[in-house]
Amino acid sequence: MTLSPLTRRRLAVFRAHRRGFVALWIFTALFLLCLFAEFIANDRPLVIRYDGQWYFPVLADYGGDVFDPTAMPTEADYTDPELQAAVRAKGWMVWPLIPYDFKSIVKNLDRPAPSPPSWHNWLGTDDEARDVLARIIYGFRLSVLFGFTLTAVASAVGIAAGAVQGFYGGAIDLLFQRFIEIWSGMPQLYLLIILGSVLTPTFWTLLIFLLLFSWMHLTGVVRAEFLRGRNLDYVRAARALGVGDAAVMWRHILPNAMVATLTFLPFTLSGSVTVLASLDFLGFGLPPGAPSLGELVSEGKNNLQAPWLGITAFVVLGGMLTLLIFIGEAVRDSFDPRKTMT
Amino acid sequence: MTAPLLDVQDLRKEFAVRAGRFGFGRAMLAAVDGVSFTVSRGETLSLVGESGCGKSTVGRAILRLIAPTAGEIRLDGQRIDDLPEHRLRPLRRRIQVVFQDPFSSLNPRLTVGDILAEPLRNFGLVHGRAARAERLGQLADAVGVAREALGRRPHEFSGGQRQRIGIARALATEPELIVCDEAVSALDVSVKAQIINLLADLQDRLGLALLFISHDLAVVEHLTHRVAVMYLGRIVETGPRRALFAAPHHPYTRALLSSVPVPDPTATRRRIVLGGDVPSPLAPPPGCRFHTRCPFAVERCRVETPALRPVGEGHVSACHFDTEPAPG
Repeated sequence: MTLSPLTRRRLAVFRAHRRGFVALWIFTALFLLCLFAEFIANDRPLVIRYDGQWYFPVLADYGGDVFDPTAMPTEADYTDPELQAAVRAKGWMVWPLIPYDFKSIVKNLDRPAPSPPSWHNWLGTDDEARDVLARIIYGFRLSVLFGFTLTAVASAVGIAAGAVQGFYGGAIDLLFQRFIEIWSGMPQLYLLIILGSVLTPTFWTLLIFLLLFSWMHLTGVVRAEFLRGRNLDYVRAARALGVGDAAVMWRHILPNAMVATLTFLPFTLSGSVTVLASLDFLGFGLPPGAPSLGELVSEGKNNLQAPWLGITAFVVLGGMLTLLIFIGEAVRDSFDPRKTMT
Repeated sequence: MTAPLLDVQDLRKEFAVRAGRFGFGRAMLAAVDGVSFTVSRGETLSLVGESGCGKSTVGRAILRLIAPTAGEIRLDGQRIDDLPEHRLRPLRRRIQVVFQDPFSSLNPRLTVGDILAEPLRNFGLVHGRAARAERLGQLADAVGVAREALGRRPHEFSGGQRQRIGIARALATEPELIVCDEAVSALDVSVKAQIINLLADLQDRLGLALLFISHDLAVVEHLTHRVAVMYLGRIVETGPRRALFAAPHHPYTRALLSSVPVPDPTATRRRIVLGGDVPSPLAPPPGCRFHTRCPFAVERCRVETPALRPVGEGHVSACHFDTEPAPG
């Protein structure tokens, strides 16, 4: 792929924006790490060498009787000291860095949960005796994936809606605008509470619900770009050439509208992450037990005697949002014509 | 006489505008108010007039970029003003357009090759990669742009070069009529001459008809066969170039002609300077629309609308007076 000179200048401006550039790398690294959360924090060993055989509990389920003939043939509990002893007798096993996943309960705590940070639980445990670090790793991944999905789908819908409004104008535009005004007046939180009483929120129901309201963020910008774009001479020329409406929008106007849109995306992403965290904090978000940053904030609030909960939640959430804002600023600057056109 | 290629009858285009103190009212602005003309194959008709007289609106209505309010537009005898878009599409390749601003009329994100290939692909005119490359090369040659330019983007070219590319795009569909909407107005003088020569040359070679929309009579004089002069949404005079330039009939045409600079410092000529502004098209004056600025206006002009009537061979004018008193 060859880059146009403009794209190259934009990349150069982005790179020159040190803070944003570094933030992008840190965020990417954290996200990639968290994508492999199962290999970092898990209550199953990565590899077991037992009786001359290789086992990979991270990837597959094994019955307990595989390692310990006296155990039940149900799924092996690798944290069970008897099973561990049985494995060690005929081989060895390698644990992940953090031997807990987001829902496993830390046993043998020497004090009631929440317990403070220790060599065993680096960031302590929460009030249900789950390892905080493990929950954060899974929670970060979930938040970012949720944010990405919501942002991508909402932007696609919003761009399409804005494009149609701006391109056709007139009555379509008028009706659509009034509809958006009414629709954006809906009390989202109440609807969500009502929804929560009817069905248990999951990742996907929450996503669809939030999508119903968040697609409107971009329509205004895209609509304005299309209102301007449809009167450009090269758009007129394309229509005189008999190019269809969809092709005119896609090929001739959308690329111009994309600049304004891309600038918004990192901010939309951080907005989506915040929405999910706040819903979880209020208890209307993901089902109980799911690794969510909002729930950690809420636990921190309920257990002020255990400041490691609140502080961790604050640092992680604040850090993630700060990184996203830095990236957003760099993206905005790199699309700023005053910086790239000179 | 064979049927004209383009036949426009009583074309009218109104725009709704906000009016009244708070902008709640609606008023209809007739940008084009009953315009009729014809363009024959291989002929150039120039539509001239000052800013805001509706000449570009006429061009856009013919291209069906806007829907006319009333009137008929016929291409080769077939009405095109009321065709639905899907039936209009095959006809679109027969009428093309070149715009004024060579910087906004080309999509900055596409290469020149892509811009020229769009009409080809759109109408399925060439098949196969090699045939397309060959056709793109021909188009580049036809307008005097280097073939190597096809891989570059519009911003790498000068205004004149870009206008050549715009003309090549219009030629790509092998049209019979090209609407040139102020096609040379944004160019500087030497480039302007080159583009005019290019258009004249293409017309000779390809038998194109041109509808040349311009505010500049000096440009028109070198290119056109016939001239139609518009004022405030109406045609006030139409005639063959020679007759119109040598013996303009309508006072407005004369005023326009007298404003054309003559490159001879010793030439003595009378300039007719029109006072006042063009009246608002929202409330066009009754009678002859030009009477508010006409140096010869009499009472009759204020009440009776003059019809276009013949004043010479193929020459019509909308003025009540046959022979004007010499202005002075």
